[in-house]
Amino acid sequence: MSMSAIAVSAPVQGRGVRPTTESAWIRRSLIGLALAFLTLFLFVPLISVFYEALKKGLDVYVAAITEPEAAAAIQLTLTAAAIAVPLNVIFGLAAAWAIAKFEFRGKSVLTTLIDLPFSVSPVVAGLIYVLMFGLQGWLGPWLAENDIKIIFAVPGIVLATIFVTVPFIARELIPLMQAQGTEEEEAAVILGASGWQTFYRVTLPNIKWGVLYGTILCNARAMGEFGAVSVVSGHIRGSTNTLPLHVEILYNEYNFAAAFAVASLLALLALVTLGLKTLVESRAKRQEENIREH
Amino acid sequence: MSIEVRNLSKRFGSFSALRDVSLEVRPGELLALLGPSGSGKTTLLRVIAGLETADDGRVLFHGEDATDQHVRERQVGFVFQHYALFRNMTILENVAFGLRVRPKKFRPTDKEIRRRVHELLKLVQLDWLADRYPHQLSGGQRQRIALARALAVEPKVLLLDEPFGALDARVRKELRAWLRRLHDDMHITSVFVTHDQEEALEVADRVVVMNEGRIEQIGTPDEVYERPASPFVYEFLGKVNLFHGRLHQGRAWIGEIEIDAPEHSEAEELPAIAYVRPHDIEIERVSSVSMMNGDADASTRLAAQVSHVLAIGPVVRLELIRNGDQGKEHQELIEVEISKERFRELNLAQGDEVLIKPSRFDLFPRQIH
Repeated sequence: MSMSAIAVSAPVQGRGVRPTTESAWIRRSLIGLALAFLTLFLFVPLISVFYEALKKGLDVYVAAITEPEAAAAIQLTLTAAAIAVPLNVIFGLAAAWAIAKFEFRGKSVLTTLIDLPFSVSPVVAGLIYVLMFGLQGWLGPWLAENDIKIIFAVPGIVLATIFVTVPFIARELIPLMQAQGTEEEEAAVILGASGWQTFYRVTLPNIKWGVLYGTILCNARAMGEFGAVSVVSGHIRGSTNTLPLHVEILYNEYNFAAAFAVASLLALLALVTLGLKTLVESRAKRQEENIREH
Repeated sequence: MSIEVRNLSKRFGSFSALRDVSLEVRPGELLALLGPSGSGKTTLLRVIAGLETADDGRVLFHGEDATDQHVRERQVGFVFQHYALFRNMTILENVAFGLRVRPKKFRPTDKEIRRRVHELLKLVQLDWLADRYPHQLSGGQRQRIALARALAVEPKVLLLDEPFGALDARVRKELRAWLRRLHDDMHITSVFVTHDQEEALEVADRVVVMNEGRIEQIGTPDEVYERPASPFVYEFLGKVNLFHGRLHQGRAWIGEIEIDAPEHSEAEELPAIAYVRPHDIEIERVSSVSMMNGDADASTRLAAQVSHVLAIGPVVRLELIRNGDQGKEHQELIEVEISKERFRELNLAQGDEVLIKPSRFDLFPRQIH
C-alpha cells in the first residue's frame, strides 16, 4: 500500500515541481530498494511456505492438515480466539470509552497498562500465569484441591491469548473516540436518551469500522500467538496444542512437508487478514473524513 | 418557564470558572451571557443544562429545585457551537432522535414522528434536506438543523452555546436575525452564550456581562452599553477612551479639567480613571482668542493634536494625541467620533490643534492591585 501511495503522488505535479519532490532517479531507487527488501524478506518466504507445503503433492498436504492432531490444533486455536476476541472487544470498548470520554484519576496509568502486553515479552506473559496458577504458583495448591486445571490446559491458553491481545482494540479506538469528542453523546443525553441508547445509537455507529479493524488485528494475533501460549500449554498433542505450536512440533520432528502445510494455514489467515484490513481501513478512513468535515 | 441560579460556584482544578453567581432568567426572554473566553459563561450554561455539576449553589426551573435532576429529566434544548449532529444519521433521524428514544409509552407513532420532524424542518426552512447526512450540509444549515433537533422534544428552555461561533461573518448575521424572529414567534425562555458583543446587544432582551467567573452587570443592551457598571464592562463593550486623573472629596481632575463627582464624595486623593465613549467627546478648533489668553477654556477642555483621520461612512473617526504626550514613548491615542457634517464644519486635517471636552463620562477610582 505504501508503494502505491508513492506511485500515485509522484505524477501529480505538472510544471511546478513541489519543493519536497526528489529527482526521478532518487525516487526510482528508493522504490526499488523498498521492493527488493520486501521481496527478500516477505514475498520469497511467503511463497516458499506454500511451495514447501505442496512439494510432496496435494495428498500429503490434505493429509497433514486433516490428521486428528492437526484438526485438534485447529479446533483449539479457533476456540481460544473465539473466547479471547469477544472478551477483548468488550474490554477494549469499555477501556477506550472510559479513557476517551471521561476524566478520572489514574487515567494515564490505565493507558500505560493497556500497552503493557506490547512491551512485555510474550514468554514473560506466559510465565506470569505459570507463577499464578501453576502447581508451585500462588493459587496452585487451591486450584489442585478443587481440581481446576488452568496451566497445561485450555483455560491457560485462553488466558495467555487474552493477555497478549488486550491492546489491539483499545489502542485502535482511543484516538478515534478522542477525535470524535463527547458532544454527540451530550446531545443525545440532553434529548433524553439513556446511557445504553446513547452508546448503541450514537457512539457505536461512529466507531464501528474502528472496532472491526481492531477485531481483525486482534484475531490475527490471537490465532498466531506462539510465545505466551507455548509456556502455558505443555505441548500435549491433540489436547493443548494450538496451530503455531503444532507447526513447531512437526518441524522439530523433521516432518517438513506437514509443518509447512500447517504453516500455510496460518499464512493464509495472514493474507485474509491483510485483505480484510485493507478493506476496513478504507471504510474507516471514509468515516474519519466525515468527522473532519463535520 | 423561568430559570434561576443561586450562588453557583465551580472550580476546575485550581481554576475558578464560577464564583458565587446568581441570576434570574425571566419567562420567555432571550438572555445573552457575554464575556471573554474563560469568563465562565459556557460553564454557567452547562451547569444550567445539567451537563456540569456546580460545586456549590442551586439551579431552579420555574421555582423548583432542579440541581440534582439528571440532564435527561431537565427537558432543556441545547445547541452546541459545533452543532454536534449525529453524523451517522440522516437529517430526518437527527431531528427525530429525541422522540425515538422515548420510552414506548410516551413515544409517538412513526407517522406522527415524521409529521413533526417535517413540521420542524419547515420551521427552519430546510425541509428539502431531510434525507441528507450532516456532512453534506453547510455550517449555517447544520446549526439550523441542530436547533430543530433541540426543539423537537418541546423543551421548556433553550440553551445555546456560542451558536454562531463557528460560522462565517455573513451567515452569522443572517442566523442572528433569524433566531431573533424565531424567538419572537415561540417565546421560549432562551439563554445563549457569546463572546461577540455586537451579537449580544443586537439579539438579546437582556445581557449578562461576565468576567473571571463573576457577573459584572445585568441589563438591557441599552443599559449595559450606555451605563456600564464597571471599568471591565466599559472596556469590553464598545470603544472607550481612558483619561487618568485623581479624585478628592467629590471633585475630579483630569489634566487641567476639574469636574464635579458627587458620587465619590468620600474619596481622599484617589487615582481615578474617566471612561469616555468616542462619540461623547466634543471637539473644537483652537481659536486664536483662546490661544492668546489661555483662559476659561483651560479648565474645561484639553488640548490635543489630530494624528489621523478616517472619514469613511457617515461617522468620521479621529485619532488625537494629547498635548504634552507627543514626545512621550507611550502616547495614548484619543478616539473621537463625529458626524460627517460636523467634520466638514471643522474642516480638520492631520496635525491640526484642537480642544476636546468629554460631554459624558464615568469615573471609577483606580483599583490598586
